[in-house]
Amino acid sequence: MWNSYSTAGPVGITAEIITIPGGDGGETHAYHARPITDAPLPGIVLVHHMPGWDEFYLETAERLARHGYEVICPDLYCRFGHGTPDDVTAKVRSEGGVRDDSVVADGAAALAWLRARPGHNGKVGVMGTCSGGRHALLIASRVRGFNAVVDLWGGGVVAKPEEATPARPVAPVEYTADLEAPLLGIFGNDDQSPSPEEVDAHEEALRRAGKSYEFHRYDGAGHGLMYYHTPQYRPTQAMDAWNKVFRFLATHLKA
Amino acid sequence: MCTNIATSSPVRGVGMGADGWFPLTKATVGYDHATHSEDEHAVLIDFTNYDIGLHARVAVELDLESARALLAQLQDVLEQAEASGMR
Repeated sequence: MWNSYSTAGPVGITAEIITIPGGDGGETHAYHARPITDAPLPGIVLVHHMPGWDEFYLETAERLARHGYEVICPDLYCRFGHGTPDDVTAKVRSEGGVRDDSVVADGAAALAWLRARPGHNGKVGVMGTCSGGRHALLIASRVRGFNAVVDLWGGGVVAKPEEATPARPVAPVEYTADLEAPLLGIFGNDDQSPSPEEVDAHEEALRRAGKSYEFHRYDGAGHGLMYYHTPQYRPTQAMDAWNKVFRFLATHLKA
Repeated sequence: MCTNIATSSPVRGVGMGADGWFPLTKATVGYDHATHSEDEHAVLIDFTNYDIGLHARVAVELDLESARALLAQLQDVLEQAEASGMR
């Protein structure tokens, strides 16, 4: 639960930008956040959203670290160059977006990096918002070894064939049979992508395939309900959702 | 939602950025998440020169109504320019 630490000894964290092996064999930047502790730690691969490797993601990594996770958040746009997150995102947009295969490869590399960390407890989750939610699900479906996946309002999980692009050739729902990790989904009922109908379709695919999942859908909220830096922020729904995220992660990564 | 709606084309002109005027080489027009305007989505227009760097960028975010009005203005001015015969 958020804000439930003991004031007798709240844990500190360290956080910094480092370089780790990327999915293409080269080096990529990543934000690394972890609690200051000698205790074994579960890991989380945090997958940033379309607006880039931005401050929201650095702060989200720190939040997860304060809740007991070693977090690695790779810069999926690292190969496009460097500048402000807005400028980098504009360049990525001008080139048709980051390729799914590149993101999956970076996710696999981040998983391997976490599993090799000293003090790792053997459990790793993957989590993201918006396109990062879609990519988190895609990574968990195409890469073996994740123990939990959190999709926060990922659009395009269910897509029509005509919506495929060279960068995004296959909708993640097509990989449902391959998903091994339990899935948590958080959605706003006013969202247009994923629409409630698309969430229904995804849920039906998971149910038919016998997958472990839990979906939570909020009234009075749309896309980006946790984005406290935007008008889409819905504080009541967001904090309820955060507590569902913390409970889900603890169940699957700390037990 | 991430629409992934975007198209790019080469351009010739100059733009005013944070460091002054610079030559433009590329225009990208998209419709996707707004990052600075109040709207959830916006028409995103970027004039850039990546030979200089990622910072060489003139960017605007417009709502749909404003973008339509801008398009009409551009069309009107282009027709007047061509009718004038001046180059």
